[in-house]
Amino acid sequence: MSDSMRELYEETILDHNRRPRNFRHHPAGANRIAHGHNPLCGDELSLSLTVEDGVIKDIGFDGHGCAISTASASLMTEALKGKTVAEAEALFGKVHAVLTGANGNEIQSLGKLRVLQGVRGYPMRVKCASLAWHTLHAALAQQQDETISTE
Amino acid sequence: MSPLAENMSRTQPSAFDVERLRRDFPILDQQVHGHPLIYLDNGASSQKPLAVIEAIDHCYRHDYANVHRGVHTLSERATLAFEQARGKVQGFINAAGSEEIIFVRGTTEAINLVAQSYARPRLQPGDEILITEMEHHSNIVPWQLVCEQTGALLRVVPINELGELRLERYAELLNARTKLVALTHISNVLGTVNPVREIIDQAHARGVPVLLDGAQAIPHALIDVQALDCDFYAFSGHKLYGPSGIGVLYGKRALLEKMPPYHGGGEMIRTVSFEKTTYNDLPYKFEAGTPHIAGAIGLGAAIDYLNRVGMTAIAAHEQQLLTYATEALSTVKDLRIIGQARHKASIVSFVIAGVHPHDIATIVDQHGIAVRAGHHCAMPLIKRLGLPATARASFALYNTTEEIDRLVQALEIARKMLT
Ligand SMILES: Cc1ncc(COP(=O)(O)O)c(C=O)c1O
Repeated sequence: MSDSMRELYEETILDHNRRPRNFRHHPAGANRIAHGHNPLCGDELSLSLTVEDGVIKDIGFDGHGCAISTASASLMTEALKGKTVAEAEALFGKVHAVLTGANGNEIQSLGKLRVLQGVRGYPMRVKCASLAWHTLHAALAQQQDETISTE
Repeated sequence: MSPLAENMSRTQPSAFDVERLRRDFPILDQQVHGHPLIYLDNGASSQKPLAVIEAIDHCYRHDYANVHRGVHTLSERATLAFEQARGKVQGFINAAGSEEIIFVRGTTEAINLVAQSYARPRLQPGDEILITEMEHHSNIVPWQLVCEQTGALLRVVPINELGELRLERYAELLNARTKLVALTHISNVLGTVNPVREIIDQAHARGVPVLLDGAQAIPHALIDVQALDCDFYAFSGHKLYGPSGIGVLYGKRALLEKMPPYHGGGEMIRTVSFEKTTYNDLPYKFEAGTPHIAGAIGLGAAIDYLNRVGMTAIAAHEQQLLTYATEALSTVKDLRIIGQARHKASIVSFVIAGVHPHDIATIVDQHGIAVRAGHHCAMPLIKRLGLPATARASFALYNTTEEIDRLVQALEIARKMLT
């Protein structure tokens, strides 16, 4: 197996795919909900957050997708718990920059989320990794329940 | 005997030497990610034999000019080659006349042509068009458009658990308001070979014409449009070992003659004045503008090639691959084949519990194996199956049982890695 393949299906990714964290978890008092959909793959994701005083108190996701999209959502929910909305938005910006190759230097500040960089070698799979993050962005930006699409 | 099998017996099987045939396809001789390429995405598009590549090359090197317009030598040669290609298509599908062969860009354009030129002027609000649950988007959306334009309704024949059409529901859905039946000959997802002869007979008994989407059927079986008695037959060159950008609409002459042109422009006219334009004869009435000249010639070369190999022999080889693949894939733990129809072509969709089809496609690609993953442009069908997506291996004349063994090995690796 090639190195880039090993990077794409990095051990942390495989682990989060097998045992996604905060999966099918519906936070009590959730007040930000968004649905993400990647029509090309059929991936679907719904994200629920409880935001109080500008802080993400709890977060969970549901849906179905490939290993990359599931692991990305799982890692994201883990990273966001306890973060302020502003911090979450900043993280979205960094991950987006890394996934799209716009700013590879951000990689150092991503911590555990670094494993997502493996998709950069697979242009067709970038959308898989970014679905959860776009859905987060929509959830934070809008008060309403909205569906977003990566298409 | 099924109509398909009946057709197949029209030509004699020839000695089929797959290793020799593989050498006719230069693209197959390469490594992908350090492994010999195994191309199992033929349902999306198939590879081209040298005969096709050389015919296109020859056209541009020696015989190229615009067709039907010049009196100079090159234009005459190009026109002759272009019209010979039409004749080859006519022979290949056994159409009654070459004027019934209309060159279009592909299956999609052929179906849109029928929707706009045949259906649209005839449809009244409340009329019905009957399609099936296993259609490709290109045999759904053109009808939805024409329904929006006319107030007609789209009705859908459901499938059973095996992935076959429910013919008893078809018989019920066919009624006095039905103005056209449009269905796929072979499903690009399930591999199902539909009993089109029976379906056509029932429609004709009510005076309803039938369009067959032959995109997937044309490379797998000998098609005889007169024996089928279909009214329209649509297919694409690129799935028949020919170029993309060229395809065919076959239509019965009597129907085509009554249809208005689809596009307006050059070639399709007889005389033009600002007051009135008179249209050209068939098939030119439907071929406005400069066509894909080299594409048609390449398609003709593909047909010559297939006639040399023999469609009967190809079909027999592919049926062996289908049987072998069905058995071999079933040995993969937690793998389920989607589409268990009794009559199938060499198209096998599958899912593996706990492994998403996209991960399958990415991982087997690392082993040099090209398969498709996704909804295969049949979202309503995939939804009906209750799946987000499937992986699909679709076999062509140049595939081998060894390649299937390698696929099975790669699938085991993917499964172990992800579960
Ligand atoms: C059953 C079926 N119909 C129609 C099409 C559309 O063909 P094209 O894209 O060549 O127009 C396809 C191609 O995928 C197909 O499989």
